Amino acid sequence: MVVMDEDNCMVDVARYFLTFTQLESCGKCIQCRWGTRQMLDILEDITAGRGRPGDIELLQEVGQAVKDGSLCALGGTAPNPVLTTIRYFRDEYEAHINEKRCPAGTCKALVSYYIDAAKCQGCGICLRACPSEAIRGGKRLVHVIDQAKCIKCGTCLEVCPAKFQAVARVSGEPFKAPAEPIPVAAKS
Amino acid sequence: MILEANRMTLTGAAATEEKKIKTINLTIDGVRVEVPEGSTVLEAALKAGVYIPTLCYDPDLKPYGACRLCIVEIEKMRGLPTSCTTPVTEGMVVHTETPAVARSRRITMELIMANHLADCLTCAKNQNCELQEVARYVGVDQAHFDRLRKSTRTVAIDDSHPAYIRDMNKCILCARCSRACHEIAGAEAIDMAFRGNAATISPFGNRGVIDSNCEACGECIARCPTGALLPRDTRQPTREVKTVCPYCGVGCSIFLGLRGDEIVGVRGDTDSPVNRGGLCVKGRFGIAEFVTHPDRLKKPLIRKSGKLEEATWEEALDLVARELGKYRGDEVAVISSAKATNEDNYVIQKFARAVLGTNNVDHCARL
Repeated sequence: MVVMDEDNCMVDVARYFLTFTQLESCGKCIQCRWGTRQMLDILEDITAGRGRPGDIELLQEVGQAVKDGSLCALGGTAPNPVLTTIRYFRDEYEAHINEKRCPAGTCKALVSYYIDAAKCQGCGICLRACPSEAIRGGKRLVHVIDQAKCIKCGTCLEVCPAKFQAVARVSGEPFKAPAEPIPVAAKS
Repeated sequence: MILEANRMTLTGAAATEEKKIKTINLTIDGVRVEVPEGSTVLEAALKAGVYIPTLCYDPDLKPYGACRLCIVEIEKMRGLPTSCTTPVTEGMVVHTETPAVARSRRITMELIMANHLADCLTCAKNQNCELQEVARYVGVDQAHFDRLRKSTRTVAIDDSHPAYIRDMNKCILCARCSRACHEIAGAEAIDMAFRGNAATISPFGNRGVIDSNCEACGECIARCPTGALLPRDTRQPTREVKTVCPYCGVGCSIFLGLRGDEIVGVRGDTDSPVNRGGLCVKGRFGIAEFVTHPDRLKKPLIRKSGKLEEATWEEALDLVARELGKYRGDEVAVISSAKATNEDNYVIQKFARAVLGTNNVDHCARL
């Protein structure tokens, strides 16, 4: 049994399971060999923000064909995580495809990290912890994340002291943050 | 006497065995058909004249069930079984064209096409391609197909062999080639390698096929339903001539593919009881060069003052008769050829024993 909460993206979970099954496919029958690969390609596109309208129906159709036509039980059950997540969490798929938004905030391509100028105290903890040196700032300056350098690892969110909670994970909606480090005192 | 008795029991056993073969009655798309017990649904459909699309089925090979195109619906059986691997049972009712079957076949074909290098217009197999025929029959929903992610995986073409080219980008993994290599040729030069999407037909160690056990019998090339395995000479013949392979004493029946008077291809005659369509490297790839080779002897030669000179058959035979008359019995030996017919070889040994009076008879086929 696997227990998940709202921090687990169902599209990403389906993609994870399919990564495993398509690797396990022996490659003998067409449905399992190319069907699971096709489904994985589509899921990778959706989680990377390249989902296209009609992809949900395509997943369902190919998934059912793989279930019906495969030679053995591996192919017969491989599409299940995809088909059941579509059945119960269709809204998450739709958010990924239509709004380019990951409700759980786990699909890296659809997520951005920003530092809230109203909350940041310029302590420098995130700046030192950032593995890709994407954060600029200084003492008593509101830190700014360079979106081009950010690898979306979430370290800044984790290390930001609980009393500040200045780092925000944003998916699908705009976020207002200063472009350059500004003095903490100057915040409005 | 004992042999005779043995033969009697053998024929007796064969006769009772023949009686034991039961026949099964079944219905395929409303056509009643009677087939021997142990037949598959696909064989029964072929007998009933019902077409079922297939790509991995080959009557000479064991059922494999990989292409999933021959799926059918059978009453009182769940799912969509493959007709090539399902044995017939009494009273079976089979439907080969239901909406579920058509949908599954269509998606299978779309998956094949999304992973098949689509250079049909310049492919040497164009218009002679089983995949094209089946695709045309099964059909594809173009809007649906356009949404599928196309494979971008490419592998290097194996250009190592002098007789044929392997382009695995066009392979659909029906495994007819590797199964023919195992079951018919016994060479075991190629087999399935890797798994899942990376699965491919490969010689040992994924090296060039020239480094493998390949005997270049070409059984794989004759069976490939796509352009993945192609002979070097890909010119299409405009007509065929049935003849017997002149290379050895087996006497394989062949069809020479001709363009004008030029031989551009050879295929085995599947109806021949001698080779049942099979050929070896010489028959499949060696005939065009051999027939048109400038060194090929077409007229008898007589050695005159140390030099071989062309002569007529009259002159040659007169000379042989005159010279042979000077010798008796074991002073002469007769060497015949495997390229001659059985009848000619019989006559030459008869001539040696009865006319010349010698048992010194030999023949190149015992090598």
